[in-house]
Amino acid sequence: MSEVHAQTVAYVRDSMVEQREPPLSQSGAYKWIHENLLSSWVNVLLTIVSLWVIWVALSHVIPWAALGIWSADSLAQCREIRDEIYGAGASVACWAVISERWNQLLFGFYPPELYWRPVLAFVVFLAAIAPVLFASLPRKMLWGSVVAPFALFWLIWGGSIWMPVAVALGFVLGWAVLRFAGPAIGALGGVVLAIVVPVLYWLFLAGPLAGGLAAALPIGLEPVGSNDIGGFMLATIIGVSGIILSLPLGIVLALGRQSDLFIINKCSVIFIEVIRGVPLIVWLFTASLLLNYFLPPGTNFDLMLRVIIMVTLFSSAYIAEVVRGGLAALPKGQYEAADALGLDYWKSMRLIILPQALKISIPGIVNTFIGLFKDTTLVVFIGLLDPIGLSNAIRASTEWNGIYWELFVFIGLCFFVFCFSMGRYSLFLEKKLRREHR
Amino acid sequence: MTTMTDPPGRGFRLSQLIYDTRYRSMTIQVVAMILLMLLFSWLVSNTIHNLQNLGKDFDFGFLSQPSGYDINQRLIDYNSQSTHGRAALVGIINTVLVAFLGCALATILGVIAGVLRLSNNWLVSRLMAVYVEGFRNVPLLLWIVLIFALMTESTPAPSAFRGENPDSTMLFDVFAITNRGVYIPAIHFGTPFFDNGFFNWLLVLIVLGASIFGIQRLRHWATEKQEATGARPTTWYFILGLLVIPTAILMVLMGAFWDIPSLQGFNFGGGIHLRNSLIALWLALSLYTGAFIAEIVRGGILAVSKGQTEAAYALGLRPGTTMNLVILPQAMRVIIPPLISQFLNLTKNSSLAIAVGYMDVRSTLGGITINQTGRELEGMLLLGLFYLVLSLLISGAMNIYNASVKLKER
Repeated sequence: MSEVHAQTVAYVRDSMVEQREPPLSQSGAYKWIHENLLSSWVNVLLTIVSLWVIWVALSHVIPWAALGIWSADSLAQCREIRDEIYGAGASVACWAVISERWNQLLFGFYPPELYWRPVLAFVVFLAAIAPVLFASLPRKMLWGSVVAPFALFWLIWGGSIWMPVAVALGFVLGWAVLRFAGPAIGALGGVVLAIVVPVLYWLFLAGPLAGGLAAALPIGLEPVGSNDIGGFMLATIIGVSGIILSLPLGIVLALGRQSDLFIINKCSVIFIEVIRGVPLIVWLFTASLLLNYFLPPGTNFDLMLRVIIMVTLFSSAYIAEVVRGGLAALPKGQYEAADALGLDYWKSMRLIILPQALKISIPGIVNTFIGLFKDTTLVVFIGLLDPIGLSNAIRASTEWNGIYWELFVFIGLCFFVFCFSMGRYSLFLEKKLRREHR
Repeated sequence: MTTMTDPPGRGFRLSQLIYDTRYRSMTIQVVAMILLMLLFSWLVSNTIHNLQNLGKDFDFGFLSQPSGYDINQRLIDYNSQSTHGRAALVGIINTVLVAFLGCALATILGVIAGVLRLSNNWLVSRLMAVYVEGFRNVPLLLWIVLIFALMTESTPAPSAFRGENPDSTMLFDVFAITNRGVYIPAIHFGTPFFDNGFFNWLLVLIVLGASIFGIQRLRHWATEKQEATGARPTTWYFILGLLVIPTAILMVLMGAFWDIPSLQGFNFGGGIHLRNSLIALWLALSLYTGAFIAEIVRGGILAVSKGQTEAAYALGLRPGTTMNLVILPQAMRVIIPPLISQFLNLTKNSSLAIAVGYMDVRSTLGGITINQTGRELEGMLLLGLFYLVLSLLISGAMNIYNASVKLKER
């Protein structure tokens, strides 16, 4: 080795080679295409097949939808117009059915002169739901969300304003009992009283009170029956009521299922399993055929209300299972820490356990909500006119007999927009609530 | 012996029932129990009262009365003189049939879509995303109604197949897709062993099952041989022979022949007639549930950490072997539980058959039977019980499987 000296090195670099762009195959669109579309012969084959599928789908759908005819009174007229413009037998959509039946698909048979009421109700609903969904809005707006359900009910069904006001008073009463009488008689007694007093009030006082106020000060809107409500309005009403009512019920059921109390635990398990084991459609038939058997003779209440009750019970069982998963996923240390702080059961649940468990179960809960919203279409089988029921009616009419793609595409797109945005919101919420550092 | 150091008890006071945590849970449970009993007795007494008012009784006797209606889709013998109980059985079999077909196709579609969604190919993964999101966000009922409308309104009538130069031709000369349904070839037996077709098929299935059992024994033997000597005997022709020959011999003995549908008079005859209602329900259920299963499969594969793949490669395993021996067994654990609930959902969703007039148990027992006999309470009770038992059976069976594949922690 001794012969090897520094001086014997044959080459020493004396100038830097200029920086150059990476080769074409290692950057930019070329690399992307090479890696993502053409990396192997299987990949090339897949790419060709996909391109073919996309081409077939788009080349049929786009001209069909874009060249569609928007104004005609019937399918026959639509075809005449089509033959005139594009030649006989061309494949173009007849969107005229949507533009002609647009109001019906949205509102069902709601009186046309009163359309402003559901529209206003929808605006109120959006305003009420906004502060719940987005924490960046002023918190004072939540008061509007509390009042909104009563306002919405009044706007859609009409009737005397005193009815919802009298019902709302019951909640105020319960809150007042809890707030003022609670400290005097102890926590448990306060809670019991806060439940019993409003119930007694609703049973015996609310009706006469509303009647009296209505007689003294008749303010009201023209009443609209539940039979007249249909279309997307019906789907939205059932869906939203079910979503709002089933979340608290589902959480209570989940807590019951995790509870150490034997009877409460078993009751929750039986309720959840029985509800989940039977299809919603069977429950809906039960609601429409059998509910009257279980209630005192002569009781008969609105079919829509029955459906909302059934849908709520149904989805609360699903939510209970999702929340149970969240509760089970929490480390045991969280429960122990809550106990160590000396919190009682409800406080530990409210402050420590549930916020974390619910955060974990957000995707599942939103999935259940999406499912519930889609399942509102099943009410067509018990005679309510949801969008699919209306589409069947339209398809059966003489003017539009034989049309199907246009209606189904429209209804499908509407549901897609609703459900897809719910899914995106859940992703947004997950991202916002993520606390771990990643 | 220990000495008593506790202060002497002051006796039991009533307030302890509420304020002492030892007794409070008992109090709450007893109160809950009493309230629940009250609710139940209230419901039952209302029901009894209402039934009395209507002059009805609670009686399942209607199940043995003649039904007086016809069912177009049936796998077992049935006519309008059969009992309501028999009609319910036909419906149950139809429900199980569509649920089974649906679960099978949905699993295939879901696994393919789930794996393709993870593909390196950007176009393919986007296409699968469109499929999944499209089907997940639109009501199932809409898909069923749409596919049914397509099947009945855009397919040719049987008359279009007639003549020298027909408007439509049969697919491969054996499948006929018409607006009255799809006709596919059937296998019939010329010299059957039993009068009842069901038993013939049972025999075929038993022989096939025995062959498969034999194949498994053979592979087991081959593996043992390989472990003992290092060389694996060639078995594939034995396996092939075992799979085909016994069943083929039986089929030949029974005189099996293909019954290919053909145009007879105004309609197709021969073969198996798959009604549009069955096909629409089957396809819609499979496509819809397949989208959910795709997400489950994707999640399951993603849940296996990448280190596992890398470790397998480092050991020199090939990609296919890695997938089979390392990734899938671990992914299965994540996939199985949600897959069970998707199967349950599909089974329950098959009750949407009402939209297309497929005669499942809800249409026979829960529909026409109730309408004819006026036994809503009994009919709905039986219907609910059927679905409940079916759900519990499926989830029970899948849970046993789940227990066999889950991670064994010691």
